[in-house]
Amino acid sequence: MERTVEIPVVWLQGATCTGCSISVLNSVRPSIANVLLDELAPGKHINLRFHMTLMAGSGEPIIELLSETREAFPKSYLLVMEGAIPTADRGLYCMVGERGGKPIPLMEHAYELARDAMAVVALGTCASFGGIPAGRPNPTGAMSIPEFMRMRNVETPAIRVPGCPPNPDWFIGTCAYIMLHGLPKPQELDELGRMKLFYGKLIHDNCPRRGYFDTGRMAHRFGQDGCLYELGCKGYLTFSDCPLRKWNGGINWCIDNGHPCIGCCEPGFPDLMSPLYERFFEERLPHLTIDEVSGKLRFTNPAQ
Amino acid sequence: MRKITIDPMTRIEGHLKIEVVLDEKDIIVDARSSGVLYRGIELILKGRDPRDAARLTQRVCGVCPVPHGTASAFSLDAAFGISDKIPDNGRILRNLILGSEYVHNHILHFYHLSSLDYVDMAKASEYKENDFDRLKQFIQRGYLAPFVPRYEGDYRLRDEDNKALALHYLHALEMRRKAHEMLSLFGGRTPIQAGIVAGGVTCEPTTDKIVSFLWRVNELRDFIVNAYLPDVERIARAYSDCFEIGVGCKRLLSFGFFDLDGSEPDYQKRKRLMKQGSTDNSLVYKQLDVSRISESVRHSWYTDDGMPNVEKEGAYSFIKSPRYDGSAHEVGPLARILISYAYGDENVKEELDGVLQRLSVGIEAMFSLMGRHIARAVEAKLIADALAEWVLKLKPGEPAYIPYEMPSEAEGVGLVDAPRGCLGHWIGIQNGLIANYSIISPTTWNASPKDDSENHGPIEQALIGTKVRDPENPFEVVRVVRSFDPCLACAVHMFGSHGRKLGEAKLIA
Repeated sequence: MERTVEIPVVWLQGATCTGCSISVLNSVRPSIANVLLDELAPGKHINLRFHMTLMAGSGEPIIELLSETREAFPKSYLLVMEGAIPTADRGLYCMVGERGGKPIPLMEHAYELARDAMAVVALGTCASFGGIPAGRPNPTGAMSIPEFMRMRNVETPAIRVPGCPPNPDWFIGTCAYIMLHGLPKPQELDELGRMKLFYGKLIHDNCPRRGYFDTGRMAHRFGQDGCLYELGCKGYLTFSDCPLRKWNGGINWCIDNGHPCIGCCEPGFPDLMSPLYERFFEERLPHLTIDEVSGKLRFTNPAQ
Repeated sequence: MRKITIDPMTRIEGHLKIEVVLDEKDIIVDARSSGVLYRGIELILKGRDPRDAARLTQRVCGVCPVPHGTASAFSLDAAFGISDKIPDNGRILRNLILGSEYVHNHILHFYHLSSLDYVDMAKASEYKENDFDRLKQFIQRGYLAPFVPRYEGDYRLRDEDNKALALHYLHALEMRRKAHEMLSLFGGRTPIQAGIVAGGVTCEPTTDKIVSFLWRVNELRDFIVNAYLPDVERIARAYSDCFEIGVGCKRLLSFGFFDLDGSEPDYQKRKRLMKQGSTDNSLVYKQLDVSRISESVRHSWYTDDGMPNVEKEGAYSFIKSPRYDGSAHEVGPLARILISYAYGDENVKEELDGVLQRLSVGIEAMFSLMGRHIARAVEAKLIADALAEWVLKLKPGEPAYIPYEMPSEAEGVGLVDAPRGCLGHWIGIQNGLIANYSIISPTTWNASPKDDSENHGPIEQALIGTKVRDPENPFEVVRVVRSFDPCLACAVHMFGSHGRKLGEAKLIA
């Protein structure tokens, strides 16, 4: 029998709530035990070398593991970045471990690990676009990992898997894709570096309440039948397969639960999607554009 | 004297650094707990629509987002003057959503965050039973992450117990997931549910979901009774010294939770399954009075008016130091169980006394590292039992939400107990927008640094006096810290300015 190929993975957590990790634990098929112990794809096993919420070890030995991984597997490990990178005040708003008695800013780990990785998976909206920590007024100078890599001239390819949190299938599907086919080709990614497989369709186009929208039947309070547009739904601005895949093994999802979509997969979350329970003003739509550098949705003419 | 620094402290939520100083007999004489991530969520909330807080504050913590969503919705209910008008369906659904979160959290904490300090997973390679084939295959491949590196030495379980716990570690991964699936029946999805809002819950209960919830919770009850509780007892027997260490401050505080009745607008007085109040090792019950809470930033990286300052002299944490009646209080399952015990709750007494009897220890042994694990498991059972009862009280066809007028000026407070302890959200609304928002959360209490009077926080107190048998493999330190189930993303929050009393905020609208 051929030897199993081990894919080293370093999972780094920055300005995060750990919700992305918990979401991935909710994967049904494969289960998280499959992911940790078994071959995710035939002959390929994820060697999860670093994950602060799950790993047995603590302290200095695991900090050494980070540089060991960079040296032992140059350009052949995957960096999963969860959370945004706080860059203000020399990065001291997030510290992980010590070197020579001095705390190491998370951004230095992120820089070294991203530089030497085969690819970076930006997991969740914070890592993908900055998310809530980067929400106005962004007190810690938080930025997404692709934005941070551009600032520090790191050219490693990055794939965004946004969502607050992302569906586990989006992450595990992305990893499985890389294992089976290598890095996604440009035509498989949208203009924001998300896999079209998961983020190719507008929620509005597949929404079970779409019929209400088309016939103008609007819900005006929670618990009512009707389209949730007037209650603030951002499903017509948000790209994801939530209506088809649903959540937690297909049991439910926000709109089926009577709750409007808050657009958590998009670069505009949370600032552009707020107020969450007010309808978005269509007249602003033509003024939306995607900032080439930060990947954020921005108004071209905010004065209007 | 020798110092041990554990940074990062893993298998907790978030970014925690623990430093302990040992004397020549390897007894801990000083301890420091430092929160090392700051996001400034309260600053980000300012100027937004108040209703958004029930969504955005869930992102304070992705391990326990529901309590934040609930506390936030409670504070909004209070600010909007409807805290006593939530329909019964809404009250029950909130209990079911948060109760499912508790079940997920307690299983996750015991098996996946704690048990690797006691269970020797590597021993699976020696076991002959087929059940271990998959673990053996994994071990034979030779790449043992994330189970190695680890501390080596003190793994004491008998083979039969080690086998049970190793298999239950894997089984519990599934059971925890199933608790989340149960949550999403009424929560829409999870983590970060989309159900609880100001005014109630967005979905209405239907019979198919009620039955589905019931079957799911019964499967989880079965796991709690036949695996979780016995496994805690297995560890308690093999590691009996864990009843003697990690004692802590012996002062306990709870805001209580699971509203049994929604007609009382003051959350301090509301009838709850787990009682709000305080107690200490005398086990005399005292009523809750949140005006006794104060907060110190003497050793925290903040200026006196609450802005972050990483250069501050003498500071060692982004966590502040909340105190009740001027002293450190432990919060969480141990506090809730013993406060309800002191209150005289029959169910709590019966369950807890049963476990203590089987382990041949007295109630005083609960003030320990192992006491926290026992309290958590007992609580998981009590809550899962209650969920099975409550779900049948839902009334399909009746509303779960009440509409309201949003005032342009208002204040509100929401108090709940999260799986890890006391959680309060305070909101101030001006011109229809959030003017200020304050969160005081469980791990802020437990992992707090020293206060104005140089008194240590509860985790620091629990570490001081502990003997570390092997400083190269400081099992005692990580076991004590993890018994508190720290959540650092929650812990780092701003409450008010230096020394401000909570009594200044209005409790009910």
